Amino acid sequence: MSPILSIAGVSHHYGAKQALNDVSFEVRKGSFALLLGPNGAGKSTLYTLLTQLLPLQAGRIAIAGHDISTAPRAALAGLGIVFQAQTLDLDLSVEQNLRYFARLRGMSGKDASRRIDAQLERLSLSDRRRDRVRALNGGHRRRLEIARALLHQPQVLLLDEPTVGLDIPTRQRIVDDVHDLASDGQATVLWATHLIDEARAGDRIVLLHQGAVRTQGEARALLDEHDCDDLATLFNQLTERKPQAPLKGLTRQDAGGAA
Amino acid sequence: MTNHWLRCMHGILIRETLRFFQQRERFLAALVRPLVWLIVFAAGFRTALGLSIIDPYTTYIPYEVYIVPGLAAMVILFNGMQSSLSLVYDREMGSMRMLLTTPLPRWYLIFCRLLAGSFVSILQVYAFLLIALAFGVDLPVSGLIAVLPSLLLGGLMLGSLGLVLAAAIKQLENFAGIMNFVIFPMFFLSSALYPLWKMQETSETLYWICQINPFTHVVEFIRFSLYWQAAPAHLGWSLLAFVLFAGAALWIYSPARGLRGGGGGPPGR
Repeated sequence: MSPILSIAGVSHHYGAKQALNDVSFEVRKGSFALLLGPNGAGKSTLYTLLTQLLPLQAGRIAIAGHDISTAPRAALAGLGIVFQAQTLDLDLSVEQNLRYFARLRGMSGKDASRRIDAQLERLSLSDRRRDRVRALNGGHRRRLEIARALLHQPQVLLLDEPTVGLDIPTRQRIVDDVHDLASDGQATVLWATHLIDEARAGDRIVLLHQGAVRTQGEARALLDEHDCDDLATLFNQLTERKPQAPLKGLTRQDAGGAA
Repeated sequence: MTNHWLRCMHGILIRETLRFFQQRERFLAALVRPLVWLIVFAAGFRTALGLSIIDPYTTYIPYEVYIVPGLAAMVILFNGMQSSLSLVYDREMGSMRMLLTTPLPRWYLIFCRLLAGSFVSILQVYAFLLIALAFGVDLPVSGLIAVLPSLLLGGLMLGSLGLVLAAAIKQLENFAGIMNFVIFPMFFLSSALYPLWKMQETSETLYWICQINPFTHVVEFIRFSLYWQAAPAHLGWSLLAFVLFAGAALWIYSPARGLRGGGGGPPGR
């Protein structure tokens, strides 16, 4: 299957500080890719380049076949984005936020209404549609941002640390919801996180550390390849960190690999 | 222009209008500020300040009639700066990122934001003018139509200046400096409160500063428009200032410079 997101030789620096160094990986259509890395690994910088909020200094990025240097708008049109920082308008209602986004994306009123209804229903937010965003809790706000990012049926859904600051059950639910999206074939997902317990056995993992890709591949294959019992060990090994209890993340047993 | 472009503009206009009406304190402040000047300040100064007959007036006018265009421009000035404050807020809250990842040209998105800010300013100016009429200030009612282009140009020009300033403000807390170093000097060093010949009597230097202040030309363009009189020089200077400020804003917010100029980490964090 051809890649829907292709990143090749991307480097970026802020003044003298190198944030990304020759980063290359691909994400295939319908897959769930986890961009895993500790804080400061360069995940947000990569997302800022993907969303064209910073200009590309070196390398090539193509989204759904559109090179962001030569067809920037076509590339952006294929993206659904959930930023790490919240981007909702707190003074507007849930529905007003979605309708604003629908207009930015050029949807007609009728089309927007239909899609807003569907997304609110899917993310169990229908009964909150008239509430101001300010009145929503963190989990509901995140789900609203995901609903908004899916409104225009993007080819690639980018999420940058979407579960930061949420409690464990809410995190779990959002992780499950987005995995379901990918497995239902509704979106290709690139999910950036430093939380190893968000990975699933079938996910493709790209491990980023100090601006460079340390390893990449399907989660269960990586555990076998590096002879690690769990993802936490692999993560610590490749990011030169001391083991931290109690999170182990995905284990080889969970993944159905060699014990 | 495609449907997408128009819907995007419509969306930004509606968002700014909704935000304005939902922030009731902002709406009230926008109305009360010029009314206090009109009712209190003008009442005190009408006897102290003698006005000769100057264009576009054809007769002696009371002081409150003189300052109405200046106060209308003040509403636009405050709103333009408020708009820049809201831009800093948007940047801190992240909604600016969402806007700038819309698949339309960056210049168009910035223009829509400017237009929406001007639209909100114009709503406030009309509310102020109607209240001034209700208070018995003698204004030509038909002038309310003629004044619209000058309000729009003033809104765009001062909004562009606000955009430029917003790029220079790193945090919301720094906004107080804008009040001291931009709004007050622009307002007081203009023809909003007194004709420039009065200023010239006091200081030639101050008079020339007032002359090059773009806010003076917005005030005068509004004043002449209100009386259905052409003011090509004021229109020209206002347009020139708009082109300069808008050009600077577009350069600052161009994709090649990222979300905000400067480095050190992902922007808007």
